[in-house]
Amino acid sequence: MTNGFRCISVLEPELIGFLHMRRTRVDKVNAELVTLTYGTIVAQLCQDYDSNYQDVNKQLDKMGYNIGMRLIEDFLAKSGVGRCANFRETADMIAKVGFKIFLNVTPTVTNWTSDNTQFSLIFEENPLADFVELPDDGRAQDELWFSNILCGVLRGSLEMVQMQIEAHFVSDVLRGDDTTEMRVSLVRYIEDEMPPEEE
Amino acid sequence: MAERMAKELATEGKESEDEEVRETTFFRLESLGYRVGQGLAERFARDRPRFTDNLDVIKFLCKDLWTVLFKKQVDNLKTNHRGVYVLTDSAFRPFGRMSMAVRSEAISMAQAYLWFPCGIIRGALANLGINTTVQAETSDLPGATFQIKTLQPRP
Repeated sequence: MTNGFRCISVLEPELIGFLHMRRTRVDKVNAELVTLTYGTIVAQLCQDYDSNYQDVNKQLDKMGYNIGMRLIEDFLAKSGVGRCANFRETADMIAKVGFKIFLNVTPTVTNWTSDNTQFSLIFEENPLADFVELPDDGRAQDELWFSNILCGVLRGSLEMVQMQIEAHFVSDVLRGDDTTEMRVSLVRYIEDEMPPEEE
Repeated sequence: MAERMAKELATEGKESEDEEVRETTFFRLESLGYRVGQGLAERFARDRPRFTDNLDVIKFLCKDLWTVLFKKQVDNLKTNHRGVYVLTDSAFRPFGRMSMAVRSEAISMAQAYLWFPCGIIRGALANLGINTTVQAETSDLPGATFQIKTLQPRP
């Protein structure tokens, strides 16, 4: 908790005050309950799709997308933050406020491309993956992205605030990699479209 | 987030109000809960002294596990001392923010949110050595009652 504050200091100082207040206001859920529930869902999906991990990844992403579309509202209500000026700010907001509120972790934003449209989130800890071992069938290690739901959540929630993005994991400690890294790329800003005129 | 996940699963199945769909959704949520319950029991009963009897286990469920799950204890526990326990939670957390224009509609929608906890209870108790059936109902939001019947092992 304490070093959370240090990270946040790059954002506006009011934010710190708000996070302080927030701690008493937000209902929390036991972390291990989340971990176990999520693990069970993934295990069930693996069973449902007969260990076709591509399909499991796809389904997790889809579930995340549906969650994200509604979670953004929760995020805006809880955080009370305003519009981000650019994609860099958005990235910081996701990592330092979004992940902090919902998973109580602060992934590191890094590896920006020079045009500021792609970045990586490095997860030092990932509550979804505590106590997890991937199935030992020789394929899960190469095919399953265990935390893929997070990609969907980002995609869904950013779409609701006019950003079309693409997100995928590039490495995961569960697979034996050194880090857990998610790559996020901005596809385009969605322009407001006039609703089709009724005739 | 866990609440949202459960919600996500619940709504996925609710697209059609077909009885059969309802049945499979129930089965699915219940068995997911069962596995979570098993894990929770294993995790949180590890460091406590051995249970003396079934009532002790149920008390553990009402106090410790309920706090893990819902940040509060069960409000009322009744038993007939022959293997039936009735747990009443007068402010069931998942129902805390639910509302609906028509009351009866709210209650039938809320029913789906009880299945996952039912599975959790059954799974936790199974792991602590009691085979049960669990039924839950709500007649007055945000309260909920869970009826636990222990199954006697066949001689």
